[in-house]
Amino acid sequence: MDGMHDLGGKQGFGRIRYSPKAQTYHAPWEKRVNAMTGLAVKRGIINMDEYRHAIERMEPVHYVSASYYERSLTGLATLCVEKGVVTQQELERLAQGAFPLSRPSAPGRGNAPERERFRPGDRVRVKEEFVPGHIRMPGYIRGKIGVVVRETPAYPFPDAHAHGVEAVDEPTYDVRFRAEDLWPNNADPAFVHAGVFQSYLKRVG
Amino acid sequence: MADTHHEHKTPAAVEKRAAALEAALDAQGMKPAAHIDDFSRTVEQEWVPQNGARVVAKAWTDPAFRRRLLENGKNAVAELGLTMPVHHRHLVVLENTPAVHNVIVCTQCSCTAFSIIGMPPDWYKDFEYRARVVRESRTVLREMGLDLPPQMEVRVWDTTADTRYMVLPLQPPETVGWPEEKLAGIVTKDSMIGVSRL
Repeated sequence: MDGMHDLGGKQGFGRIRYSPKAQTYHAPWEKRVNAMTGLAVKRGIINMDEYRHAIERMEPVHYVSASYYERSLTGLATLCVEKGVVTQQELERLAQGAFPLSRPSAPGRGNAPERERFRPGDRVRVKEEFVPGHIRMPGYIRGKIGVVVRETPAYPFPDAHAHGVEAVDEPTYDVRFRAEDLWPNNADPAFVHAGVFQSYLKRVG
Repeated sequence: MADTHHEHKTPAAVEKRAAALEAALDAQGMKPAAHIDDFSRTVEQEWVPQNGARVVAKAWTDPAFRRRLLENGKNAVAELGLTMPVHHRHLVVLENTPAVHNVIVCTQCSCTAFSIIGMPPDWYKDFEYRARVVRESRTVLREMGLDLPPQMEVRVWDTTADTRYMVLPLQPPETVGWPEEKLAGIVTKDSMIGVSRL
């Protein structure tokens, strides 16, 4: 989905709050949320693709205004409700107030019917696809041409795995793009690489 | 599954919502408190940047290990007893050279090889870094204190699949000949993310 989470290349953001002594957590509840996510994965209640998608499905205004761990909490709680671990009413009773959850999921999809095997050096184009469910194709590479630099081992296909749709694992390709091709006349010169699932790619002749 | 009549009510404080979820998991017999203690210990003692620092120091001093590391990162770090979560199926190590600089990001969330380079810092997960570093790499790095010469090639790696990346920093020339342990002491998390050079 073309959601708020898909931030690569978005403009208007200011300086990074960088410090060499940066922290991972800023409050004890943040680490507890992080740990609960791990517990839910370990127990097989959720998988990482479902979790990422549950965060992406947050109301856009909530997504941008929430901290990182509030987004984690919202995604995890949403899945716990959707999977019948707890109800939203029970969470709100325990929290003594409203407990906003993410919006419902759109349908997922299986692997592309025809997938090609690529080799390093192959020129590929990212398909111009617009899917309502989970996808791990950042919008900034859609329709763009790049060069394969590496094939990595097969992974669960996120577009299916986040939705309980049956699919086969497929390789991803590290694809090198020129920043100047991604944002013509408006990017610092660099190569930008993304890990792109086989289903998202087609060969360029 | 959002229930629309809730959307305009003021949410409970986030700490209370977190505690509510913990209580709900506890009521299901999932023992979240015990897991949270284990997780804290893991984060503080096991998923630390000293792991990656050992890997880097060994790569600097052992050319055969360096080759294996660049060929298959996950297998090579396993030689040092380092493991990765099951869903991190592959580790790709990106070699900095005098002419090439690598930097990693996850534009869509916060994916990192956290069991090797340590937990991602707050700024790595912020919108500013996620949005900007792919498009304005040199500007962002300069703002963060790393001013790269224009002739240096910049390679940005967006962690969009479950392959994980780490940067192999260039060894500072004055440290050649140092013992591995001392070398590991100079390798920082930021240098393995690629927002600094050593």
